[in-house]
Amino acid sequence: MTGDLAIDVQDLTRRFGAFTAVGGITFNVRVGEVFGFLGANGAGKTTAIRMLTGLLAPSSGRATVAGHDVARDAERVKRDIGYMSQKFSLYEDLTVRENITLYGGIYDLRDRDIRDRSARMLANLELEHAADQFVRAIPLGWRQKLAFSVALLHQPRVVFLDEPTSGVDPITRRQFWELIYDAAAAGTTVLVTTHYMDEAEYCDRISIMVDGRIGAMGTPAELKRDFRVSSIDDLFVQLARPSGSSQEIRRSGGQTLQETRRSGDLS
Amino acid sequence: MSALAGLLRKEVYHILRDRRTLIVIIVLPVLQVIIFGYAIRTDVDHVRLAIVDPAPDTVTLAIRARFNAAGVFQDVALVPRIEPLEDLFRRGAAQGALVFEAGFAERLARGLPSGLLIIADATEPNTGSIVASYATAVIQGYQQEAPPSRGAVHIVPSVRMRFNPTRESSNLFVPGLMAFVLTIISSLMTAISLTREKETGTLEALLVSPLRPWQIIVGKVAPYLVVGFASVVGVIFEARLVFHVPLRGSLSLLLIEGIVFILVSLSLGILISARTSSQRVAMMGALIGTMLPTMLLSGFIFPLESMPWPLQAISVVVPARWFVLVARSVMLKGVGLAYLWQPTLVLLVMALVLLTASTRAFHERLDQ
Repeated sequence: MTGDLAIDVQDLTRRFGAFTAVGGITFNVRVGEVFGFLGANGAGKTTAIRMLTGLLAPSSGRATVAGHDVARDAERVKRDIGYMSQKFSLYEDLTVRENITLYGGIYDLRDRDIRDRSARMLANLELEHAADQFVRAIPLGWRQKLAFSVALLHQPRVVFLDEPTSGVDPITRRQFWELIYDAAAAGTTVLVTTHYMDEAEYCDRISIMVDGRIGAMGTPAELKRDFRVSSIDDLFVQLARPSGSSQEIRRSGGQTLQETRRSGDLS
Repeated sequence: MSALAGLLRKEVYHILRDRRTLIVIIVLPVLQVIIFGYAIRTDVDHVRLAIVDPAPDTVTLAIRARFNAAGVFQDVALVPRIEPLEDLFRRGAAQGALVFEAGFAERLARGLPSGLLIIADATEPNTGSIVASYATAVIQGYQQEAPPSRGAVHIVPSVRMRFNPTRESSNLFVPGLMAFVLTIISSLMTAISLTREKETGTLEALLVSPLRPWQIIVGKVAPYLVVGFASVVGVIFEARLVFHVPLRGSLSLLLIEGIVFILVSLSLGILISARTSSQRVAMMGALIGTMLPTMLLSGFIFPLESMPWPLQAISVVVPARWFVLVARSVMLKGVGLAYLWQPTLVLLVMALVLLTASTRAFHERLDQ
């Protein structure tokens, strides 16, 4: 079944003591797909991503990423994925080139590959002139694009982007999404979380997590039609509101508001 | 291996490019030795001495000459009567006074008891008693050498100050100072640099990479181990050069014990950073959790023997206490492992336990 699936998640659950942060989610992402992973703060997104990136062991359920089981084969998962968080994970007191070399070394790339790929990357980003500048000296938008490219340096099969565009201007966000499309066109699977609902519309498919479960999943067009809303923004608000009228929330119920708050601290 | 090499190089860049921290790392040990060696001393020097000698004679002159020759005292006043002393002490012009009886030599020659009063300013009790005991020592020295015909049998108690015969306090400070500097560099710097990576999100990027946790930890702390080691060598060298602090035992033993203590401090730094998420909290944690105990409960400044038992009990778990004990014994007593296996064992066990605990804390953090 995992033949053309980059991510395959079956009933994945994570409990912290008596509290269930992720309560049995099931979804899959096809190779080359751009999958939007949405949800309010504390809905369980971050916990789910931590399990999928091998940082956190699942309590129960199963997940394969790039063909490897995340519980049994976390080390191989880590080789085949890329990751970029909202904090964009570059060292500000290293130069652009030093950052690239560092991450290339961490992923065991050969020196020649590092050299070739960083030359291509800097040309793509039009950052050649800044190769020997400290990262802290280049503008935030460029830094984020650079961080994304560095996350792709070892040519991972799946890349996880955790709120990659928070805090950048609309033009840079647009450029950033072009990079995402380029990566997907090259066959890299992209799982991206965001709080910008216009970005959600750029995704091939999206899922919206509510209280540790998937409240809705599908292409943006399907979801808008099925839930009879005019935008993903409306759908999100309708689903994510604790006292919302959605059937999905009723089914996932049983959690008090306090638990929802607690999950906010954890994720 | 190349991944680890990259991590190490990166950490070296961090250290070299953070100018302020670099200055702290280099200048702090040097400065500390100077400050502790010169400023905070328990040995007393240049004692301002007032002398009351109503009728100078051969004996009083001889005793006064001995005081002059002792090198510790400095005559500030010579008066015939005792009354002006009050004012001298109040103004702080005199720290000590020597009061002879009139007709001192004559009474002594006739075998009568001769009165000699030593007054010390005890505003600072330690200094006061040291001044008094210095003065007593000078007089005893005179009595010993004076012809026995002069007066009755003298009982001369002999006091020997072992290991630090000149009571140089810098001898005592340097081992403690090494512990202090190492704590700052190892615990504080490690805790700060790890939490900095948490704050900037780079730690997360390392954690999702194929790097093993031990590689991340080694890449993080190894450079600080080297820096710590260099500053131990620096402190020993400077202490010998400036204060002529003896190194009677084996240098290599001292350095090996230093490495064990650095490992203990590094682990504490990792533990602190595993429990905190901001540099500021980590800094406070390191200050309160490691530097304060190192200052107060290691015997570095305040002798452990004179502490109430609860504090003495707490000091048992302060790593610096054991390292200071070892360093003092090696440097001043010149003893070897045969005498020091116990504190060495304590340090080794601490290093093992803390290294395990900190690696585990690092793992657990991933499971939160």
